[in-house]
Amino acid sequence: MEIAVLQAATLGRRAVIRTARQPANVVFPLIFPMLLFAVNSGGLKSETRLPGFPTDSFVAFAIAVPFIQGALLATVNANVEFVRDIQTGFLNRLALTPVRGIVLLVGQLGGLLTIALIQAVFYLVVGYAFGVRLATGSAGWLMLLLLEAAIALAFASFGTWAALRTGSTEAVQGLFPVFFVFLFLSSMNIPRNLIETDWFRWVATVNPVSYLIEGVRSLVIYDWHWEPILLAFAVAIGISLAGFTLATHALIQRMARS
Amino acid sequence: MVTPRENSIEAHGLVRDFKRGPRAVDGIDLRVDPGDIYGFLGPNGAGKSTTVHMLTTLLPPTAGTATVGGYDVVHEGPQVRKTIGAALQEAALDPYLTGREHLRLQATMHGITGEERTERSAELLHRVGLTEAADRKIRTYSGGMKRRLDLALALVHRPRILFLDEPTTGLDIQSRTALWEEVGRLAKEDGVTVFLTTQYLEEADVLADRVGIIDHGHIVAEGTPDQLKAEISRSTIEAVPADLLQKGAVAAVLERFGTPTTGFGPQAVAVQLAANDGDVAQIVRALDAENLRISHLQIHEPTLDDVFLAKTGRHLEGSGDREPEEAAAG
Repeated sequence: MEIAVLQAATLGRRAVIRTARQPANVVFPLIFPMLLFAVNSGGLKSETRLPGFPTDSFVAFAIAVPFIQGALLATVNANVEFVRDIQTGFLNRLALTPVRGIVLLVGQLGGLLTIALIQAVFYLVVGYAFGVRLATGSAGWLMLLLLEAAIALAFASFGTWAALRTGSTEAVQGLFPVFFVFLFLSSMNIPRNLIETDWFRWVATVNPVSYLIEGVRSLVIYDWHWEPILLAFAVAIGISLAGFTLATHALIQRMARS
Repeated sequence: MVTPRENSIEAHGLVRDFKRGPRAVDGIDLRVDPGDIYGFLGPNGAGKSTTVHMLTTLLPPTAGTATVGGYDVVHEGPQVRKTIGAALQEAALDPYLTGREHLRLQATMHGITGEERTERSAELLHRVGLTEAADRKIRTYSGGMKRRLDLALALVHRPRILFLDEPTTGLDIQSRTALWEEVGRLAKEDGVTVFLTTQYLEEADVLADRVGIIDHGHIVAEGTPDQLKAEISRSTIEAVPADLLQKGAVAAVLERFGTPTTGFGPQAVAVQLAANDGDVAQIVRALDAENLRISHLQIHEPTLDDVFLAKTGRHLEGSGDREPEEAAAG
């Protein structure tokens, strides 16, 4: 058991080191969500005048979105690297050791999680610099990081499944626009109860990404409202379990070792 | 806990089919004795790597059985993996990690940790001559350095059996010789059984105790290099006329002593000598009698390529130019 933990930690460390040594994989996931955050905050701030809008600060309302985008970008980058491991035979090298498949998956996801959390801290610090204060206080910071970890795990497990299932960088990169469609069809820019177009409100309501955003948002602009927080955790954990099951199955097939 | 077993490799009727593809390996039988270097020689696509993948448990056989180190590759995969080390065809390395980081990672995956891991990494880096480059990222390594690191990674857990899939493909002659020396040392001094695939005749000839020649998924010949060449037992004589206009006449004389063969350049005439007719003096006298002047005359002893030619009707890829060390990489 102890060695399995050490093996997973070593694989996770490798994923972090590899990302840290590729500046493009570090800078882009930090800058891109912040740029979109700046554009949205500037362009949509008049929304706060809508009756029933939950806060006076659109910046505080919009800061939830970078956390989702950051998790997406970390997922895509980490899984493109994972596909390269498959294509170059690095996964075969690992498969030839006694390491268990589950440890490989945990290591891969753990590295990705670490990167997502580092990004989350960056977004929080930038938000803080622009006046965003969490209504839930310092405990809210910890809860937000915990939720970000769950969200990153949700995306990552599906990304890892796609990487293992297809072994194709194109397929993994293709997930990004798919996830982005889900993001744009969510409550990322406006609370669901204020969406006037019926079909859009319906789509945002059935879209699980809305609940992830609303969980993060709740920690920022409300005090401890447990319903959206627990819903966000439930959705993230549900997606993670489904993705992890698929990824485990795909790993068994991919490694195909006896 | 792995119980000590014989370091042998055995396969019986090993078959591997792929969907939408030809049968890659078609009923292979082989045995590699403990401490031997077994050269598995064949052209690209012959089935060498597929065989290695099956013997290293990376690919389940479609039919047949195989044991490695006494363990069944299908039913005792984890035990096989503890017993073997493998450097597969592509040196699968992470360009963003250093050599030392690779060794630490590989050691941890084998359950080697702490001080032992540090010491083993340093020892292997020294052994493959990468101590100075140990903390450089892999993307700065040459092909030879990558191959040497690949070998070191395969040795981290002190395997009893080593699989090397085309370990010297694409390497310069210096790197290749260094790798041969290390592989030879592993077999002779450490008693490691080595299963080595190659498309280089010279490599099989120099390194291997026994050679299996594979073509289209079948083993077409097997034995020691000397045994295989002795089976053919016919030398080839090559002559380049001083006057190229006499090429036809020279060919006519040489054909009295054997059958024409090719692969010796456009100016040369060559025949594979019939058995027991390899008397050079007799051939020289015959040429002289016809008043034919020769600028270059050479006897070629049988090579493994001649064995391959005899068994398959064609030359091994890249050996037609008689310079196996320059054969196509890939």
